[in-house]
Amino acid sequence: MDFLGSHAPQLLPGNRALPPMQGAVEIPHGTTIVAASFPGGVVLAGDRRATMGNVIAQRDIEKVFPADEYSAVGIAGTAGLAVEMVKLFQLELEHFEKVEGVQLSLEGKANRLSTMIRSNLGMAMQGLAVVPLFAGWDVDRQKGRIFSYDVTGGRSEEHGFAATGSGSVFARGSLKKLFRPDLTESQTTTLVVQALYDAADDDSATGGPDLARRIYPIVTVITDEGFRKLTEAECSEVVRAIHDRRLEEPDGPRAALL
Amino acid sequence: MSTPFYVSPQQAMADRAEYARKGIARGRSVVVLQYTDGVVFVAENPSRALHKVSEIYDRIAFAAVGKYNEFENLRIGGVRYADLRGYTYDRDDVTARGLANVYAQTLGNIFSSAGEKPYEVELIVAEVGAGPENDQIYRLPHDGSIVDEHGSVAVGGNADQISAYLDQRHRDGMTLSEALKLAVESLTRDNNGGERTLTAEQLEVAVLDRTRPQQRKFKRLLGRQLSRLLEGASGASAADEPDEPEGPAEGAEGSESPEE
Repeated sequence: MDFLGSHAPQLLPGNRALPPMQGAVEIPHGTTIVAASFPGGVVLAGDRRATMGNVIAQRDIEKVFPADEYSAVGIAGTAGLAVEMVKLFQLELEHFEKVEGVQLSLEGKANRLSTMIRSNLGMAMQGLAVVPLFAGWDVDRQKGRIFSYDVTGGRSEEHGFAATGSGSVFARGSLKKLFRPDLTESQTTTLVVQALYDAADDDSATGGPDLARRIYPIVTVITDEGFRKLTEAECSEVVRAIHDRRLEEPDGPRAALL
Repeated sequence: MSTPFYVSPQQAMADRAEYARKGIARGRSVVVLQYTDGVVFVAENPSRALHKVSEIYDRIAFAAVGKYNEFENLRIGGVRYADLRGYTYDRDDVTARGLANVYAQTLGNIFSSAGEKPYEVELIVAEVGAGPENDQIYRLPHDGSIVDEHGSVAVGGNADQISAYLDQRHRDGMTLSEALKLAVESLTRDNNGGERTLTAEQLEVAVLDRTRPQQRKFKRLLGRQLSRLLEGASGASAADEPDEPEGPAEGAEGSESPEE
């Protein structure tokens, strides 16, 4: 934010002096975020685990946040920096809306996030990367859109589905086989939870649904009615349905061979 | 070298106050009333784009009369102050009292600095609390003083007359529709006792509604919803309206509704 930059630059994440490195840093990292679009909107979901090396730092971290009424951001990477980046991003969107009287366009929001990630490049080179996934409802074009990023702030629009974080390789494979462009909202929520399940299956840093502790993935839906986070009850229903099926078929649904 | 004319400080201040008051009196009025679920702002304003009433922060809103460029400047200053506070500390640490103090300092400095002309504006800063007894309304006249108001307040052209009218008729626990109708009645009475009619198109109406599930309690009442409230349908609350997208604008923790 321009005002914060000129008035109190020390509060901006990119303007911090970097201490000299002393060995490897052990700080919590968030892991897998997935997103998929459907005809009336877009779904963004994330697992709940934060890892610190081989240790599970937190098993109920939340990594998907509303950015404003029509968009959400999910973060993988250094948890502390990412949460602060999201906070600043939320603030900036709200500030713009209040000062100008209108919301930023979805494209504008995506570009702004890109700049913020780029400002973190110095830290990213020291191992403190933040790589978000941004999804929102484009009010002008009347469709859900997904944007993915790299550590340098490079932004690319994803069509259909996307994943980021350490489990993204497995999640993307799962999404690729299960995604269809004509899914309904509830089918899409099932799809993303399936993908997270598969990511957790093969990636130790991604947490699967924890039925015993009732810790389920965070699933958010953004449609023309705005941002909505699935309640614990709704999530538990989706997760249990998948879990029950997986008791019979541990690898999940099979795609056709040809 | 010529000697400037001597003007006594009293005279200088009186002139400046007179200048500012005249500027303010030219504009249309804004009234702010407490109702059972919050605070309602009603302004006579035919423009859809240039607002007299605006959101500052979660529970705080701003209303102004006078010169547009001057109060717009103050509004943006207020939004910046509030957002910076909220980011540095916490969203709960942004209060109407703090904001009113900042405005009072700014207006006071401008009013008494010899180099600048005084701002021709009068502001209202209001905040909704958890219950009607926690609501705060501050009126800030052009000279930088702060007046703590309760129940109802009017600023602008016929402020004295409108305030007197409102003071007689406003009571605690009014519904939104009742408060709105009273506000419009007060605005339609002009100087010489006659009455004009104001339609929904000529009004700018906004509420700070404590029953809104979102963290941001500010909401503009527009179009059909406003006409419906003006016509009657008493007891209808802004939060019941179906056209409002549900879900918090800000922060996942905003999704629960504390007052419901």
